[in-house]
Amino acid sequence: MTENFLYMLAPIMNGKIFLILLLGTLFGLILGVLPGLGPTTGGALILPFTMTLEPLSAIILLTSIYCAGTYGGAITAILINTPGTPAAAATCLDGYPLAQKGEAARALGMATFGSAFGGIFSVIVLVLFAPILANIAYEFGQPEYFALAIFGLTMLASIGEGSPVKNLLAGAFGILLSTVGKDIMTSVDRFTFGVGQLTEGIGFIPVVVGLFAISEMLVQSTLTNQIFKRVAMKAVKLPTKEDFKYCFKTILRSSGIGSFIGILPAEGGTVASLIGYSEAKRWSKNPSKFGKGAIDGIAGAETANNAATGGAMVPTLALGIPGSATTAVILTGMIIHGLRPGPDLFKEQPEFLYGIFGSMFFANILFFIMGFFGAKLFARITLIPSRLLWPMIFVLSVCGTYSLNQSFSDVLLMIIFGVIGFVLRKFGFSVVPIIIGLILGQLVELTLRQSLVIFDGNYLLFFTRPIVVTFFVLSVIALSFPYLKKNKQKNKLKGEI
Amino acid sequence: MNKVKVLKKGRFNAALFSLNPEFLLLLFIYLFCIATYTSSLYFDEVPPILMRGIQPATFPKGLIVLIAFLNSILTYLYFTTKTTSNKNLPRIFYKTIFGLFVFVFVSHFIDLFLALIIFSFLISSWWGEKNILLILSLSIIFPIVVFVLFEVVLGLRFPSGILTNLYYN
Repeated sequence: MTENFLYMLAPIMNGKIFLILLLGTLFGLILGVLPGLGPTTGGALILPFTMTLEPLSAIILLTSIYCAGTYGGAITAILINTPGTPAAAATCLDGYPLAQKGEAARALGMATFGSAFGGIFSVIVLVLFAPILANIAYEFGQPEYFALAIFGLTMLASIGEGSPVKNLLAGAFGILLSTVGKDIMTSVDRFTFGVGQLTEGIGFIPVVVGLFAISEMLVQSTLTNQIFKRVAMKAVKLPTKEDFKYCFKTILRSSGIGSFIGILPAEGGTVASLIGYSEAKRWSKNPSKFGKGAIDGIAGAETANNAATGGAMVPTLALGIPGSATTAVILTGMIIHGLRPGPDLFKEQPEFLYGIFGSMFFANILFFIMGFFGAKLFARITLIPSRLLWPMIFVLSVCGTYSLNQSFSDVLLMIIFGVIGFVLRKFGFSVVPIIIGLILGQLVELTLRQSLVIFDGNYLLFFTRPIVVTFFVLSVIALSFPYLKKNKQKNKLKGEI
Repeated sequence: MNKVKVLKKGRFNAALFSLNPEFLLLLFIYLFCIATYTSSLYFDEVPPILMRGIQPATFPKGLIVLIAFLNSILTYLYFTTKTTSNKNLPRIFYKTIFGLFVFVFVSHFIDLFLALIIFSFLISSWWGEKNILLILSLSIIFPIVVFVLFEVVLGLRFPSGILTNLYYN
């Protein structure tokens, strides 16, 4: 126990690692502030550079970007009414109206405090629950992992943003993409069409950078006439005693909601902030103030989205199943560095895991300090016009994607997936399920086939294993949840009429 | 009930005759399913002792059927629910897509570095930057900085081309 605590202090005891943590937090904040970018794209772009680092430093860089980037979106949401990251969308609803009333500093103060509190709360959840989940995972065989992956994908469809059918379709497309290349069990070529580069399969980085960065560049090209009105701000103010008193319960509730939503494989912070916001409204003494500058609205959304960061790391580290798109990038980073997340990692490399836990804890403290003293400076980054910013992002995307395999085909794939991502987003599909599907695809197929070998081809034997049946039942509940919710809303409306 | 029927008929006709983009996407997904399913029919089969549970084609086939099924639900929803029409895309979007084509062509046949410079220049000016000096300096200096950074830090070697060869030689 003491040993693990000491491992958690590693990020501040080692100068080099602390510097990486500092840089990661700074970079994450900048990425979060820039609309359209975020920790997922930023993490994917920085991934090639992590190759030059040791595994712990590399993952600390990615996790600090994740924590700070999730908070950074609030600065843009409050000052220019455009969420820097999708997770900050709910923050706009009350952040900007409050800023327009001349209380930008108060709004940012609450967002900064709520984010840091939620983030630290979720790290505690991570430290407590990840080892427990890892221990449970020791009981898992191939059929259980298969059922778990299916549950993850159905949850993604169920509580992700937008239509569940579209989310499921996107997830299935992601899994289908993972089947491109040589079949790992039989070496049979699948969907390679004689193209040599495809035999290795479709790389994760070209798909992520394409779906997030390039498709966002295309989205930005349709918004070049949009004029952002930035609200002026002198300095960030810590919330007053009254604000603390008024929002404390909201902050605590959102911390719990965010951590729980984060643990479920879904769109992490985005969904967490929406639920955190709506719950804050439901429990508020003044719900009519919501949308007009309610301070508890900001606290509810911002605390929840940062609380989801630690939560999302729980299944990522304990089971190797990413809880969000950014954790999928972190998982890829771990795999690139030869680390296999899962229960064995907890036994074999506790110094690595607790180093990550510690880095997330300190990243939350660091972005609190940086946000508190530097928000005004970070807000200036939003002044960079998109016509200058996006060509630069494109250059970075091309070089970053090319660098992993030194292959121009990856750059082509990135552009193709950029266009696909734009089309899908235009028609209401979320691209996150594609990423999760792509990363879980191999696990789903491998565990299905290995299970069938164990069961001698008899599918019915899946239902003889209690954990599998539990996950299947949960999957059915997850799939029917959106329709039950819709019906409930319809009945409620009918009742009101 | 009648309203739904009229709506269904109206949307069906509208979809067929005005080539609604959403309808085209649904059609495209069906075509994608047909093409990939057909392609999966030509995967090699392995003898039962080597197949490890299922044939290599079975899993992708199942996924394609699932995608087609989900798409049929979306098609049903398309005809039965009212959706707001999508706005037309601005010209700048098509110019950006054209820019991507130019980038792919130049980087593949001439030089990646040059392609990055051209693309940066085109996008900045098409998206509304008036200061030519700023565009020129940014579209030349930034790719140079990134090139050198990747070369020095990652020891990366970029594909050969007119400008890249000058740098390496």
